[in-house]
Amino acid sequence: MKIKMPRWFYQLASPKWFYDFTGKLLPWFSLVALLLLTVGMVWGLVFAPADYQQGNSFRIIYIHVPSSILAQSCYMLMAVAGAIGLIWKMKIAHMVAQACAPIGASIAVMSLATGAIWGKPTWGAWWVWDARLTAMLVLLFLYIGVIALNSAFENKASADKASAVLSLVGLVNIPIIKYSVEWWNTLHQPATFTVTEKPAMPPEMWIPLLIMVLGFYCFFAVVLMSRARIEVLEREKRSDWVKKVIENY
Amino acid sequence: MSFFFAALKRDLLLVFRHRNDIINPLAFFLMVAVLFPLGVSPEPSFLSDVASGVIWVAALLACLLSVDGIFRTDYDDGSLEQMLVSSESLYALVLAKVFSHWLISGFCLALISPLVAMMFFLPEQGYFALVMSLLLGTPTLSLMGAIGAALTVALRKGGVLISLLVLPLYIPVLIFGAGTVQAGAMGLSIQGYLALLGAILVFSLMFAPFAIVAALKISVRS
Repeated sequence: MKIKMPRWFYQLASPKWFYDFTGKLLPWFSLVALLLLTVGMVWGLVFAPADYQQGNSFRIIYIHVPSSILAQSCYMLMAVAGAIGLIWKMKIAHMVAQACAPIGASIAVMSLATGAIWGKPTWGAWWVWDARLTAMLVLLFLYIGVIALNSAFENKASADKASAVLSLVGLVNIPIIKYSVEWWNTLHQPATFTVTEKPAMPPEMWIPLLIMVLGFYCFFAVVLMSRARIEVLEREKRSDWVKKVIENY
Repeated sequence: MSFFFAALKRDLLLVFRHRNDIINPLAFFLMVAVLFPLGVSPEPSFLSDVASGVIWVAALLACLLSVDGIFRTDYDDGSLEQMLVSSESLYALVLAKVFSHWLISGFCLALISPLVAMMFFLPEQGYFALVMSLLLGTPTLSLMGAIGAALTVALRKGGVLISLLVLPLYIPVLIFGAGTVQAGAMGLSIQGYLALLGAILVFSLMFAPFAIVAALKISVRS
């Protein structure tokens, strides 16, 4: 059986088309990301009311929660892109997956760092062995594994496929790891946003947070596209269109 | 099925001709366990508290150490490539290799684990839980480790890399395995823990061989 995918899907497989298309998208995403991040940051850090228990120290939530959410989605994107690359033998998908790994790892570090800074005044310790912290740390290890495996291969094509297999194995394991550490120990407050329930905070607190989350996603898209574009140029450096791009730059 | 047994017989025969391969993981397991009383404290009360975790971590590291060689010699002499191009089921081949690895690592570790448990003053009611959890948990370690071994078999510096890839995946087994021993030592029911370890084993038995085969194909072609 042959599954027919929409036309844009096949167009995306062409490095030149991808480069031109993301070139058009990039300024818009940058603008939206800048706007959302500025509005969310100012609103969250200056105008949102202070928490009645944690005072002003809770404001780091506006960095911590978006980065935690993003670190997980980034792994998912990396694994899905790797799967697309394996199934449809699409070079672009592998380039996107490869661009995801370092971004995801740095966002996971940011989530852990902001969590530590928040934990100090709230729990009285920089680090506690709590399920969610540990799960994020394991996620960081999974990213490090993918990056290490990718850079160990000399041959680019094998590196792509091997890291795609590894990230898929990791993706299957993430829920198992998550629930096993939750079983093991939990102290953290429950998730701030869930799809099914209304947030427990007042709207003047969670609306700026939502804006920050969206801003983080747009910012992620900007960084991802920039990295993937550079990767495209580097890998396609022998082709004529890349030479033209470089000459006109 | 006959292919599975043929592959298993070959691997076990190879192991019995290099008997060090059986001794090394076991000696490593004992030595890691001995480091803890030397490095931390020989107090019996302390040792019986940490016994479950220390024995499980030592077993996990011993499995990890030996899993690197699971495809190595076959890759080096080219027989792995011949097996991959043959018309036989690769799923059976991979299962046979993992099973033979488990027999010489996890299975033997489970058999000698009561010895370490005695040195760590584990309460006697925990012995059964220890052996059962190792018997149910270590096959998963072999399966997951084989994914890492298959991904790194073509690389010269596989050793450290494989632990980076595989250790995060070992965490659930470690948690439930050590949890089983702790519950058993306190005289609580261990059925729930064993069921979870069994569930993880069945799950990885179903899916890990596909990942191993895909990884082997990538490594051989690179």
